Amino acid sequence: MNKRKINNARRSPFAAILVIAAGLLVAGGGYAGATAAVAHSTSGSYTQEQVDLGKKLFLSNCASCHGKNAEGTNYGPSLIGVGAASVDFQVGTGRMPGQASGPQLMKKPVQFKQDQIDALAAYVSSLAPGPSVPDEKYLATNGNTTRGGELFRINCAMCHNAVGAGGALTEGKFAPNLKGVEAKHIYEAMVTGPQNMPVFNDANLTPTDKKDIISYLKYIEANPSAGGEELGGLGPVAEGLFLWLFVLGGIVGITIWLGAKSN
Amino acid sequence: MSTATSNAQKKGGFLAGTANYLDERVGVAGILKEFGRKIFPDHWSFMLGEVALYSFLVLLLSGTFLTFWFQPSMVPVIYDGAYGPLKGAEMSIAYSSTLDISFEVRGGLLMRQVHHWSALLFVAAAGLHMLRVFFTGAFRKPREINWVVGFALFVLGMAGGFTGYSLPDDLLSGNGLRIIDGMIKGIPVIGAYTSSLLFGGEFPGESIVGRLYSLHIMLIPALILVFVAIHLFMVVIHKHTHYSGPGKRDDNVVGYPLMPVYVAKAGGFFFIVFGVIMAVAATFTINPVWSYGGYDPSPVSAGTQPDWYIGWLDGALRLAPTHLEFVIGGYTLSMNILLPMVVGIAFLVVVALYPFIEGWVTGDKREHHVLDRPRNAPTRTAIGVAGVVFYAVLWAGASTDLIATHFKMSLNHVLTTMQISLIVLPIVSYIITKRACLSLQRKDREIVLHGRESGRVVRLPHGEYIEVHEPMNEYEIYKLVDFKAYQPTLARPNAKGVITVRARIRARLSRFFFEDRVEPVTQAELEAAHDHKELH
Repeated sequence: MNKRKINNARRSPFAAILVIAAGLLVAGGGYAGATAAVAHSTSGSYTQEQVDLGKKLFLSNCASCHGKNAEGTNYGPSLIGVGAASVDFQVGTGRMPGQASGPQLMKKPVQFKQDQIDALAAYVSSLAPGPSVPDEKYLATNGNTTRGGELFRINCAMCHNAVGAGGALTEGKFAPNLKGVEAKHIYEAMVTGPQNMPVFNDANLTPTDKKDIISYLKYIEANPSAGGEELGGLGPVAEGLFLWLFVLGGIVGITIWLGAKSN
Repeated sequence: MSTATSNAQKKGGFLAGTANYLDERVGVAGILKEFGRKIFPDHWSFMLGEVALYSFLVLLLSGTFLTFWFQPSMVPVIYDGAYGPLKGAEMSIAYSSTLDISFEVRGGLLMRQVHHWSALLFVAAAGLHMLRVFFTGAFRKPREINWVVGFALFVLGMAGGFTGYSLPDDLLSGNGLRIIDGMIKGIPVIGAYTSSLLFGGEFPGESIVGRLYSLHIMLIPALILVFVAIHLFMVVIHKHTHYSGPGKRDDNVVGYPLMPVYVAKAGGFFFIVFGVIMAVAATFTINPVWSYGGYDPSPVSAGTQPDWYIGWLDGALRLAPTHLEFVIGGYTLSMNILLPMVVGIAFLVVVALYPFIEGWVTGDKREHHVLDRPRNAPTRTAIGVAGVVFYAVLWAGASTDLIATHFKMSLNHVLTTMQISLIVLPIVSYIITKRACLSLQRKDREIVLHGRESGRVVRLPHGEYIEVHEPMNEYEIYKLVDFKAYQPTLARPNAKGVITVRARIRARLSRFFFEDRVEPVTQAELEAAHDHKELH
């Protein structure tokens, strides 16, 4: 009896609609929940004056490419929802305001003071929620370097090289050298995925994971190779070049000297 | 103490006594007389092979030191050594013992670096020595077999280097092995079985480091030692070659005896090479294994390259055109792996067989002990330069990514440029080299016949301006005219009166080699030129 009833319910014309509705609800709700967990937005940490100053700076320095309301133009993407972290990274490393167009925006001397960058970040984050500037506690370099090294090799080394010396991407794009990059900017790059870099959100790498990676990078930066001069950390190519030019070259020089002596 | 000194026949002190003792028992006097009076000519380019030999001695010494601590096991352990950023990480015993050598064994890091730098130097010096032998024609009869022995040493050097590179079981070496595994698996039919046999199952397995270690410390060094012995023995049998000059002929050697001059010189030079290696190893990092972490098949770091001597094969893989896969009856034929392998092997075969090819083309069965100046063998020199360029493009192909980032270029453009260069540059460099050699030969003729331009311009009484040419002395002229220009041979019918295909090919090759040539100045020409001068 019971079984028959279920079968009947399954055959009801509303069954398909109900199943689809339930499926959508679960998937959509789940996604909303997950993204909410990932994009922890904090637009309230800035003052209104900062937002106002940021808007002024934005209009005079950024709007020509990103649009008057940061809605994006043919020359630059929309900044609505990119968050304060993105602004702090792009402007803080000098990549923005962009200079010559090319395969990739280059790092260059920073053009704004930190309080101006903060104001710009305040303005952009006031437009829509997005990733915020990381908390100081994740930027300390006392994390687990073993774990950080492992995570770095799994997630970052394929582009940035095992010691963060950088590497080539397609069509003139590249992953930059990580030596000397501020902890804050490394964190922000992971959260926002600037240019060709993928986003490593908090579900992918937790803030503690990011802190470990930063600790590892800062450790190898502060502790150069025990074996002597590193030759750029580029591995066998640099070693081979050095060997041919200087070691073998030097020895050939010595042979010529020895040969000349006898004549 | 020693029997020799306590013996009654002690006349000339300890040394003479010992010498006599040895002579009476193993006939050392005859050996010393034979070897000690071997003559070696003096030239810097004759020391390149020595550099390889000395690096090999350094390799043996430093390698023995490393075997005291290295453990070739892939059993996983938790690292608890001195290097902070790996503390607590799971890794193989092989990797952890390499870290221990680097951070805990006294002098271990220095020895690791000495071993690695001297490995790079060994293959490089051997390669440079091969080039010297090639471009001076030192491989001609009677030395063809010694060329093949030297070639085998070069290949064994590559094999020894690669097996050593793979031992630390870090990320870099593991990625290198993964490429080898992929190449083996790309071989049709036997590929998968061979890989499974080599790795003891699916890559990476648990046996590869142990197996490579056995090869690296036993079979390969033993083979290198045997081939070095054969190589040097043949040098003694053949006697050393020498460069052209007055009194230097195909039936003599001009130089200094082994005892005492060369024993002292070579001994001193060994310590110079040893010293250079030590100085470099003490100041420059090589293969910082701790940076790469233990091997894990999932991550592949940017800038993963082999050591330089495997670079040309890596470059061949990178430059191979993509989309060259065929599926035949459900089996994939991966030409983008097979093609580089075939090209690489073909290149090596041509290098190994070159003396026999040239010998067959010239048909010259005489012994040659006077070396050629590269310009006096234009086709050989041009072929050599084309080969070097071909190798160099493949070699540079292994660092396309670094060229792109460091010269701010597009990786794709670099790759395409290299693909084109690999075909075009050897041809262009062949033509340029051959023309340059012929021009230099013509210049030599000019100098022999009319002397060197002195740059002094004088005006003759009747108003003509001439530049005064300074005549060369006989010794200088000798060096410029002492060579033989082969003439192309024609295809001749054999005993049955048939011109075989073989003969045709040989005639064609002979024309290719010797059609364009500049003959050395003859005595008659020289005299004619001098008579002509006296008329002035």
